[in-house]
Amino acid sequence: MNQFGFPILSIMIAVPLAAALVALFTDASKARWIALAATLVDFALGILLWANYDIGGAQWQFVENVPVFGRFAWAMGIDGIALMLIMLSVFLMPICILASWESIQKRVPEYMAAFLLMETLMIGVFSAQDLFLFYIFFEAGLIPMYLIIGIWGGAERIYASYKFFLYTLLGSVLMLVAMLWMAREAGTTDIPTLMAHDFPVQAQTWLFLAFFASFAVKMPMWPVHTWLPDAHVQAPTAGSVILAGVLLKMGGYGFLRFSLPMFPEASAHLVWLVFGLSMIAVVYTSLVALVQSDMKKLIAYSSVAHMAFVTIGLFAFNRQGIEGALIVMLSHGLVSAALFLCVGVLYDRLHTREISRYGGISNNMPRYALLFMLFTMASVGLPGTSGFVGEFLALIGAYNASTWVAAVATTGIILGAAYMLYLYRRIAFGVLDKPDVAAMTDISAREMLLLAPIAAVVLWMGIYPESFLAPMRADVGTLLARIERARPEGDSMLTAGKPVPAAAHVEAQH
Amino acid sequence: MTNIDIIVFAPLLAAIIAGLGNRMLGNTVAKAITTGALFLSCALSWPIFFGFLSGSTSTSVVPVLDLIHSGDLNVSWSLRVDALTAVMLVVVTSVSALVHLYSWGYMAEDDSQPRFFAYLSLFTFAMLMLVTADSLVQMFFGWEGVGLASYLLIGFWYHKPSANAAAIKAFVVNRVGDFGFSLGIFGTFLVFGTVSIPVILAAAPGMAGSTIGFLGGRFDTMTVLCLLLFVGAMGKSAQLGLHTWLPDAMEGPTPVSALIHAATMVTAGVFMVCRLSPMFQTSPFAMHTVTYVGAATALFAATVGTTQTDIKRVIAYSTCSQLGYMFFAAGVGAYGAAMFHLFTHAFFKALLFLGAGSVIHSMHHEQDMRHYGALRKHIPITFWTMTAGTLAITGVGIAGVFGFAGFYSKDAIIEATFASGTTSGGIAFAIAVFAALLTSFYSWRLLFLTFFGKARWAGSEHIQHAVHAHHDHPEHEHPDEEGAGSDPHAAHGPVVTGTAGYHPHESPWSMLVPLILLTLGAMFAGFLFHGPFIGAEEGAGFWKGSVYFDEHLMHAMHGVPLWVKYSATAVMLTGFAIAWWAYIKDTSIPGRFTATFRGLYAFLLNKWYFDELYDLLFVRPVFAIGRFFWKAGDVGTIDRFGPDGVAAMVVGSGAAARRLQSGYLYTYALVMLLGLSAVATWAMLR
Repeated sequence: MNQFGFPILSIMIAVPLAAALVALFTDASKARWIALAATLVDFALGILLWANYDIGGAQWQFVENVPVFGRFAWAMGIDGIALMLIMLSVFLMPICILASWESIQKRVPEYMAAFLLMETLMIGVFSAQDLFLFYIFFEAGLIPMYLIIGIWGGAERIYASYKFFLYTLLGSVLMLVAMLWMAREAGTTDIPTLMAHDFPVQAQTWLFLAFFASFAVKMPMWPVHTWLPDAHVQAPTAGSVILAGVLLKMGGYGFLRFSLPMFPEASAHLVWLVFGLSMIAVVYTSLVALVQSDMKKLIAYSSVAHMAFVTIGLFAFNRQGIEGALIVMLSHGLVSAALFLCVGVLYDRLHTREISRYGGISNNMPRYALLFMLFTMASVGLPGTSGFVGEFLALIGAYNASTWVAAVATTGIILGAAYMLYLYRRIAFGVLDKPDVAAMTDISAREMLLLAPIAAVVLWMGIYPESFLAPMRADVGTLLARIERARPEGDSMLTAGKPVPAAAHVEAQH
Repeated sequence: MTNIDIIVFAPLLAAIIAGLGNRMLGNTVAKAITTGALFLSCALSWPIFFGFLSGSTSTSVVPVLDLIHSGDLNVSWSLRVDALTAVMLVVVTSVSALVHLYSWGYMAEDDSQPRFFAYLSLFTFAMLMLVTADSLVQMFFGWEGVGLASYLLIGFWYHKPSANAAAIKAFVVNRVGDFGFSLGIFGTFLVFGTVSIPVILAAAPGMAGSTIGFLGGRFDTMTVLCLLLFVGAMGKSAQLGLHTWLPDAMEGPTPVSALIHAATMVTAGVFMVCRLSPMFQTSPFAMHTVTYVGAATALFAATVGTTQTDIKRVIAYSTCSQLGYMFFAAGVGAYGAAMFHLFTHAFFKALLFLGAGSVIHSMHHEQDMRHYGALRKHIPITFWTMTAGTLAITGVGIAGVFGFAGFYSKDAIIEATFASGTTSGGIAFAIAVFAALLTSFYSWRLLFLTFFGKARWAGSEHIQHAVHAHHDHPEHEHPDEEGAGSDPHAAHGPVVTGTAGYHPHESPWSMLVPLILLTLGAMFAGFLFHGPFIGAEEGAGFWKGSVYFDEHLMHAMHGVPLWVKYSATAVMLTGFAIAWWAYIKDTSIPGRFTATFRGLYAFLLNKWYFDELYDLLFVRPVFAIGRFFWKAGDVGTIDRFGPDGVAAMVVGSGAAARRLQSGYLYTYALVMLLGLSAVATWAMLR
């Protein structure tokens, strides 16, 4: 059944769920501790999972399959890609709980329960092997996030959660219809079987578009991205962390798990659509990020630009592109989470996200300034940080697919530097002339505990990404073998060289 | 653990200790650790260089770590040491060690010294990583690392808005260069299937004549790759078009300007072109482009340098101009000469910058040369060392006997451009000679304005500030006031002569020792090493293929007509004479000249209006477009016809906003979501 004698994935799903139920019926203080304990248990289980994942072993590991009723089965199992995304989720969850430790004072048990439920659903999404099981986890994951924004959010929280809901609803309905059709056509709801099923080429286009409607919103891709800045601005810090850290990765995961392997021909035919929207997103949202006056909005827009690197890499149809996209997903999960935590640190002190209210905090918050600088540089894609590895691989893959896409997307490294450094300058540099800003204290031990682990992983992934690439390598290979037949030709079309004979070369010198 | 490991990693270790230890360690410990690490690296680097000079050392590659492995793409981090690297090793570690030492004195009053020294050492590590690169990606690692350190050091005094602006400008303009560098790496990987430099260089000649599709057109493969990579070099080495960040970078502390913005980082582009010289040799078009860009930069920067009044900016434009020389030397195929000039320039330009720093230090942070004058007797060691630097940059020497460093390297470049026999080489030759005239003029102008003539200190706010702070009696403020004197620059208002009672002091020994050591470099680097660097036979034996070495060109270079050989010396003397005439003999000349050629003067003083042009073309439009996309795109179109439009349709246009506020839709939405889940469950149950 799996490497262990027990269903580890189900346990990882059950632990936070059970803790959520318990937390609901306790007081605030107990709820915090229960939530922290449960998320730490899940993190420990995650480490156990990674340690026992057999690189080069079976494609699907830790498999569980319990028929429930009819065609519906409790089917679980992960490959290396799902493993990495689960690790990202269980790594960020305790950090989210700790980040909310003091800043959330209203309805704490419900809040903790919502986060724990979210963890259950996230792990479910990445480990489900049944089409409808996936759907339930995928869509139900919205509910806790929806509640987190709607109840614990800022002043405009209702509008934000409405927008968030409306966008995702449209995609969900179309995806459900497509799934129903697929289950009927292929006669199975087993995802690994479906990944090898050849759907008729004509039908693929429609199916692709239906899934695209859902995943593009989740990514989010331009022009269905406008829910994200609002959602981030209104969400509490931990909500933003999990939204940027994990929920945005579900779209990319969906492309990887469904769109590419199940509809390779349609993916190839519609690659212009994905590239086109992604190219617009890189330039457009970067420019919009440059003119933001709200820190969270700025980082939210930068997320859209970064996620465009993911779609570009995935649809490059080559190894560097796909592996790059995966690293961008992991890296962005860490870096944007950390950046939102950094914003949270400031917000907790001054209760404003207006960039112009800050300035000169390098003076009184040197440790904060150092960490913030590290994450800024990781976001900019400086070599040595995780951001570089992902962007570099995704773009090298993109160049193979199309020089146009690579050239336009690479402008992102210029614009990214511009908006992030401009942000950093306005917050950390300059004269410390505002009394309330000057009164802010440097980060506490608790806040250090949130940011330091992320900083360590960002550097680890930047200097030795092999740890993260190795588990996913075989799965990317499987995907490549599957989509190879549809791979579009790149525009470089290199010809052989006509080297000048050495003698003629010397003559030319005289 | 080999020597090269210690050379590269000692500065990193020191940077981490000093940076994280910071206030816990205290100033002295942090400074001692970083400076000690650099002197260690320096001490280990020179034997490697001498080993290559004597021919006893051969190329070695020491693996460190596998960085990235993705399919065919294998990026390993290994330390490559060949003759080219050895040259860079001694340049980087020597100048860095001396700059560390110098900063003990220069930064003595700063309150975040551990941070400063940590940045300096971090920079050195990144620069060493760059010059030991065995793959393009590793070079990019170092490339970005030095960019980061440069950003941090330019903005070191982060309370100054101008320093912050300059830091961002440096980073972003360099990123424009990196845009090209990145695409160049991507393209190179596509063409050669590897990013390993030796493999690429070996395969490059075989790709000559092939074509590649790029952005819809079809071009010569090697031309595309070389030009893309060269864009990166232009950014880092501040070549015309991407040069705007370098003068602004002078906002950083002066030791930083000497180390990063004169001797080492800005030469990384030249190093890159030399390192990849077998690639560039396969594309004549790319070579011509390199020549033209270098020549244009040399001319542009030299013309601007003649009018600047900030002592650091004059030297910055001088650097920019000398980098142009190095590029067109490479462009005509004289890579040995390019590297030779890089080598000598590192010593005399670091010397000039550190000398300027010493002047600034003694003049209480005044940087405007209009407020200097007559400093020769007050700070004699600074004066004599800077004179040596000026003799070196202007290329003073007598053929066959002895010359200062620039005499050998700059003259070699001028001769190589003539000897190349190409049109681009000919144009570069003409520009090189003219720019040498300007170089001589602005260098002597700097020296005369600073050290000769009458003291003009009284007009300086910095000096007045210092005098006020140090004297209790207000009557001491302007005891030596001599009234308004001659005016070197009419356009800048009247200049007040007089010392204002200020007494400049010579800098401490920690600053003077580096100056004296660099003076030795400025005097002897050319005389001692011209054989191995540019000698026709000796050179081939020294470089051993680490750069493309064209023996025929070197022979031709040594055989150019006599008038070519003496042209450099002639213009050097002319430039000196003009400067002497205008700034010593008859100081009214500059004022009359600028009054006559008002337009030309304004054009040069405003640096050919590049900053204004870029502001108009890029900075403003980018912000305007950003706002437009946000307001008209996201809010005005997507939201209006998207979610807000739907809300209006569902609820009825007028009431939509109110209902949203009251939370009705929120409830609807939740109900709809639950309903959807029910549908899904039903579908599965069937």
